[in-house]
Amino acid sequence: MEKILFGDNQFFAVSHLSDEKSRVQSIRFKENSAIIQVLDQVVGLGMHTFMCTTHDRIAEICDHIRDNPDHYKGFKIYPCMPYAHKYANAVTELGYLGALRQYLPGNIFTTLAKGGMAFMGKDFMKMMELLIDAEMKMFKKIDTPVIFIQNVMVDLILGLGMKEVFVEYDRYIRKKYNAEPGYITMNLPFLLDTLESVGIYNPVICSSINKIGFRMSGGIEIYEKTLRERKFRPIAMQVLAAGALGPEEAIEYIGRFPQIESVLFGASTRSHIKQTRDLVNQYLRP
Amino acid sequence: MIKAGIIGLGKMGISHCAIVNAHPGVNLVGVCDTSTFVLEAFKKYSTLTCYTDYFKLIEKETPDCLFVATPTRFHYDIVRYALEKGIHVFCEKPFCLTVQQGKELVEIAEQKRLINQVGYHNHFVGTFREMKRLIKSGIIGEIYHFHGEAYGPVVTKEKSGSWRSNRDEGGGCLFDYASHVLNLIQELIALPVSASGTLLKSIYSKGVEDAVYSTLFLENGISGQLSVNWSDETYRKMSTSLTVVGKMGKIICDATELKIYLKQDEPAEKLTRGWNIKYTTELSIPVAFYLRGEEYSAQIDYFISSIESKRIPEINSFKSGNNTDKVIDLIFNDSKIR
Repeated sequence: MEKILFGDNQFFAVSHLSDEKSRVQSIRFKENSAIIQVLDQVVGLGMHTFMCTTHDRIAEICDHIRDNPDHYKGFKIYPCMPYAHKYANAVTELGYLGALRQYLPGNIFTTLAKGGMAFMGKDFMKMMELLIDAEMKMFKKIDTPVIFIQNVMVDLILGLGMKEVFVEYDRYIRKKYNAEPGYITMNLPFLLDTLESVGIYNPVICSSINKIGFRMSGGIEIYEKTLRERKFRPIAMQVLAAGALGPEEAIEYIGRFPQIESVLFGASTRSHIKQTRDLVNQYLRP
Repeated sequence: MIKAGIIGLGKMGISHCAIVNAHPGVNLVGVCDTSTFVLEAFKKYSTLTCYTDYFKLIEKETPDCLFVATPTRFHYDIVRYALEKGIHVFCEKPFCLTVQQGKELVEIAEQKRLINQVGYHNHFVGTFREMKRLIKSGIIGEIYHFHGEAYGPVVTKEKSGSWRSNRDEGGGCLFDYASHVLNLIQELIALPVSASGTLLKSIYSKGVEDAVYSTLFLENGISGQLSVNWSDETYRKMSTSLTVVGKMGKIICDATELKIYLKQDEPAEKLTRGWNIKYTTELSIPVAFYLRGEEYSAQIDYFISSIESKRIPEINSFKSGNNTDKVIDLIFNDSKIR
């Protein structure tokens, strides 16, 4: 993994700090060309990994990447699925089955439903695989060496204690996509314990890691202990704690944990991107 | 260890289930739903004991507390039965379909001294909690207006839906999105006692409203406006906000930030004249397990600690849920005047 993974929140009006800022972002990035322009600046600054949600608009960005293979030589995408709000809103409106009917491809829902609810209920893994495939379709012919499950899903499965789902996910991502499964979580120590308990060792885990303990569930001490003592491949996100920390003190803190392989961050301007890149290069071990 | 059960495994029920199951002080003894699809998933992948009948769950597992997250029309029967069995109850919002039903439940819970809580989670969002404190402190002076809003993209196309598209079952934007805002207005400013000029607009839904606009008059004489729309796709997810305007300043609050404008310095609050911004990063309640937002875990922590300490909770009691039902009622009745 590269030391810097460029994120996509800023493109899709995800600001953890301000709804107002979100609207400004969604106006700024209304056209795909505005997103592509920033991605090109990222490439120009020597970074080649884009970590993004399986948002509908990412499909259009992928088209652009496929259309310009020379320009994006060596460019990688780390998909994060599912785009949870899409499903959550559908579940609120239509219920679980209605939402599945909407998002399972083609006639598969009907085929499964014909077998009766009990049959359908037993074929969850098939459904999970179909949903993964549906979300992965947009990345065809693009290098996706790590494929993540979003934190809402990871933490839900974690809380419910449905550990086998992680095992099946891990197996399917390796087998079908020849990629490394990744996990985004707000509960790092708990997740790591759970993954190890079902035989998933040295996993790629992306979680909030910042100096003020923001979104580090259970407290900063247990996170720091986990980072010092446990074997896994950490990616730090929310390093600026949604803007509460200045960039230098934020990245300096990350640099105290040599095990951290990468920092996930997003920004909208070249100067911010360059500043963060330089700080990561300065403080993270080579 | 407190023994808990969960009735209803829809979106909120599953979320509660994950949080309760991860809670170190709770033993989740059983879950109950009527959906074969959901129960099959639970039986196959979780170690939780599943029921399709809540009477059986209560009889076999004898839980100390229950989380009720069924569609609203089932709340009354389930909660009443649980209370009569001496079980503490956390009930999802909105509380009941009729004010009378809710009133009965408030009386039983109070008479039996059982811990009772409704799921208006905004009270556990750091920014709204701080806003409540600041309003009570009087720093913006005499309040003369408020504006309560919620927008989001739940129904953005015309199509037939689930129970949420049927008013008799608790469907519609007034019961769902608007109830959150009404509860905030009632708890942070004062209880609405009448409504005027109400517009319930069906945009894409048939039979229920997708937007609610109304002028509300509160018991302390303050008036203000409600503006809620769950068919607004300019929002990525539900966004709730409350603006309160006083003679000495103004507060604008949503789940991510709290903006305070003051006409004069308030050294005791470390706030100065002009705009002051407080962010969720400094205000959010630390939790041991996080799913979708600190507030969902914090409200469950509060309920469980109320049971442990036998403390009657001050936040989100059935009584407050019943008050919100009354306001929903008066808005609905006002809408029928035209």
